[in-house]
Amino acid sequence: MDDIVAEFLTETTENLGELDQDLVRLEQTPNDPDLLSKIFRIMHTIKGTCGFLGLPRLEGIAHVAENVLGRFRNHEIEVTPSGISAILQAVDSIKTILTGLAETGSEPVGDDRALIAGLEAAAAGDASAPVSAHATEAELDALMAADTAPATPAIEDEPVETEAAIEAAIEAPILAVSPANDAGTAPAATGSSAAQKSIRVNVDLLENLMTTVSELVLTRNQLLQLQRSQRESGFGSALQRLNQVVSELQDGVMKTRMQPIGGAWGQLPRIIRDLSRDLNKKIVLDMRGAETELDRQVLELIKDPLTHMIRNSADHGIERPEQRVAAGKPETGRIGLNAFHQGGHIIIEISDDGRGLDIERIKAKVLANGLASEAELANLSDHQIQQFIFRAGFSTAEAVTAVSGRGVGMDVVRTNVERIGGTIELQSTRGKGSTFTIKIPLTLAIVSALIVETAGQRYAIPQLSVVELVRICEGTTSAHRIESINGAPVLRLRDRLLPLVGLDEVLRITRSAAAQPNNERFILVTQVGNQAFGIIVDRVFDTEEIVVKPVGRMLRDVAVFSGNTILGDGSVVMIIDPNGIAAQAGDIGMSESKAETDAAAAAAAVAAQDRVSVVLFRAGPGAPKAVALSAVERLEEISPALVEQVGDQAVLQYRDSLMPLVPFGGVYPDPTQRRQPVLVFADQGRCIGLCVEEIIDVVETPMELRLGSREAGIIGSIIVNGKATDFVDVAHYLAAGAACHTALAGKAPLAASDRPFRLQEAA
Amino acid sequence: MSQIAPFPGTSREFITLTVDGQLFGVPVLQVQDVLRNQHVTRIPLAPARIAGAMNLRGRMATAVDVRTRLGLKPAPDVSKQTAVVVDFEGELYGLLVDGVGEVLALPATSIGPNPPTLAPIWREISNGVIRLDAELMIVLDIARLLLGGEAEAA
Repeated sequence: MDDIVAEFLTETTENLGELDQDLVRLEQTPNDPDLLSKIFRIMHTIKGTCGFLGLPRLEGIAHVAENVLGRFRNHEIEVTPSGISAILQAVDSIKTILTGLAETGSEPVGDDRALIAGLEAAAAGDASAPVSAHATEAELDALMAADTAPATPAIEDEPVETEAAIEAAIEAPILAVSPANDAGTAPAATGSSAAQKSIRVNVDLLENLMTTVSELVLTRNQLLQLQRSQRESGFGSALQRLNQVVSELQDGVMKTRMQPIGGAWGQLPRIIRDLSRDLNKKIVLDMRGAETELDRQVLELIKDPLTHMIRNSADHGIERPEQRVAAGKPETGRIGLNAFHQGGHIIIEISDDGRGLDIERIKAKVLANGLASEAELANLSDHQIQQFIFRAGFSTAEAVTAVSGRGVGMDVVRTNVERIGGTIELQSTRGKGSTFTIKIPLTLAIVSALIVETAGQRYAIPQLSVVELVRICEGTTSAHRIESINGAPVLRLRDRLLPLVGLDEVLRITRSAAAQPNNERFILVTQVGNQAFGIIVDRVFDTEEIVVKPVGRMLRDVAVFSGNTILGDGSVVMIIDPNGIAAQAGDIGMSESKAETDAAAAAAAVAAQDRVSVVLFRAGPGAPKAVALSAVERLEEISPALVEQVGDQAVLQYRDSLMPLVPFGGVYPDPTQRRQPVLVFADQGRCIGLCVEEIIDVVETPMELRLGSREAGIIGSIIVNGKATDFVDVAHYLAAGAACHTALAGKAPLAASDRPFRLQEAA
Repeated sequence: MSQIAPFPGTSREFITLTVDGQLFGVPVLQVQDVLRNQHVTRIPLAPARIAGAMNLRGRMATAVDVRTRLGLKPAPDVSKQTAVVVDFEGELYGLLVDGVGEVLALPATSIGPNPPTLAPIWREISNGVIRLDAELMIVLDIARLLLGGEAEAA
């Protein structure tokens, strides 16, 4: 292809991206003469260049579009949504033709007569011209026209400014490689000095430069390491200087890769505009922090997830205008997009003031798709249930719309975000709206990592994922020491209990005699999602700048490593991924976090009302017994004739599986009776039945333990309805039932109940 | 050992290597490098046949324990093993073997079929057997050695 044509393609594609945004802005502020002139000029440039290059189709479209814009500019016709639509369609056609041109080197054949007729009608000021296929266009137009009151030409003193002045006005600071920002440097630009402050650089060249600098950084690290071991080498000062220069070079090259995030947002206003028309909704997109810069590699990777999420917000989040009014909200929905820097990360918030997530629908969907059982759901807080939308195989959209809900759901978004070392969090309130928070690293190429050692092997962990470092000295009166609950190590850290995992245990390294841990150990406090946990390591070396290299194909399944790298001394170390560690440690990742949040929720509930609902029942001699209602899955009355014996264990076929029946206070199912009351508890998806004599009542009572108990299975006594009542330790019976499950299924026994009530008691 | 004269057009060159006393041949064009005394970083949780990762002049290579892959006992001292570096689908792999011999040019026709009694693990990675004067050489199929079955000594 001709160099000139190639150049034209690059320029025009960039300019068109800008046009989309500008046109949508123009629709909102029809009186902005600068904006109108800028749009006009871009279209004019396209027309001119096409004529020069002999591209008649493009020229024809650009010409009529320019006519419409020219009449806008001269106030001969008003800026109307239908006029804008006509021009946007022209822009779309130009894009299509450009794509064809890029592929084949010549204009594709096509018929533009309808489009041109539409544009001509728009130029004639005929608002009802059939320029769009949208069925509801006319009525929307009417609505929108009401919003954007017609311009009053009187307030514009100089509708037409000189070309040079406009040039200067839009020649904002230009970044070297920023397609979003250098639309002003069109070839037709006057030779202003600003235009020459930026040049076009091939992206591949920059990438190569970056790779070279990365290797240079590694070599420098190697030299520094060598120098540290031989102090008298005489290279000291030269190396210091090299160190400094390389750091500066690294910074500089990094900066060339930085692009404002607005580049990834460019097409969003247009998407929202089209969506709001298609969906008959009123939506404003509020974008803040578009100038926030991040690595272009990262930028490319988050572009699609962002677009997907914005579409989601518009499609599922924002309600129809009448629904919004009925809910007492302004008719126009708001989608906010906010980007900012926060300690080495970019935070992107996508918020809407729509209907929020429907917990019940999520639950139904989770059950329908078999992602969790009812019993498991009952255990989860609303916030945890919301997180299911990130799971694979989940999509709440009842109908597949053209906009979203095509099965490519939030799980793909999360995967994409996590692939670049980011995290995504969700806050949603029913009826108020949802906010997604994406946290991504500034750059992927070089990361600062902490080198740690466990069982004699070294690993790297990205410094960004380490919140803090705690030194443990066992056997001394140090402020911190590792304690354990039922064998699970924990650390008291300020006002919270931090669950711990040994790196050696997660990695299943067997320690040789020589590699036994000494008294001094370190805990890397990390945060995965909402869950903080500590990783125990033997030693911590210094931090090192590392270049992340992907692991080989055969190792992709090993989720605890995000890559590997070569250290300054030439040795290979694996890079630990805290997300993978949390997943590998499974129990910590999920149940501990659940325990923690549930405990907090339970504690809050107690503090708020100090009352709990309990099930009162009678079993065996003595006082009535009580158990927290929240711990009970179901109350059943079974027919004792159906009870079967497996070994010495009574079991019942219950919901397609075998439920062990545990006697309470010597109450065994009596075959002579017609009915046997059973309290059903669920633990990790398995049911355990507790046989009792009689279920008395469900009452709400102050939760205040009066007396402790030495009896196994009883926590203590509470007063219910003025009577002393034994409060039952569910965990004790669950453990008994679990033992049966172990015997039955050969699964690992569960250590304790993860029911809130038990934890609340512990708290 | 017999050096068979090259047969233009039909000959193939092999690098010979030994694993637990058995002679293997790898097509010479697939081999990038032969390295001794390489430090191999162990990778926890990886499949047993992965010995670890190694630094190959700034590039990363996955070290494959050929003995384990073939269902043999691991080498008593991994650091004494030799790494035969192959490029497979854009990634580097270091095949850890007991020793590397010489380069042989052999006529393509000299490759005979696997004896039917060969153990399944071995049959999987063998592209045939070449009858040399002194011993038999198994032609290694690199792709199947790297990707194939989970024949790992537990």
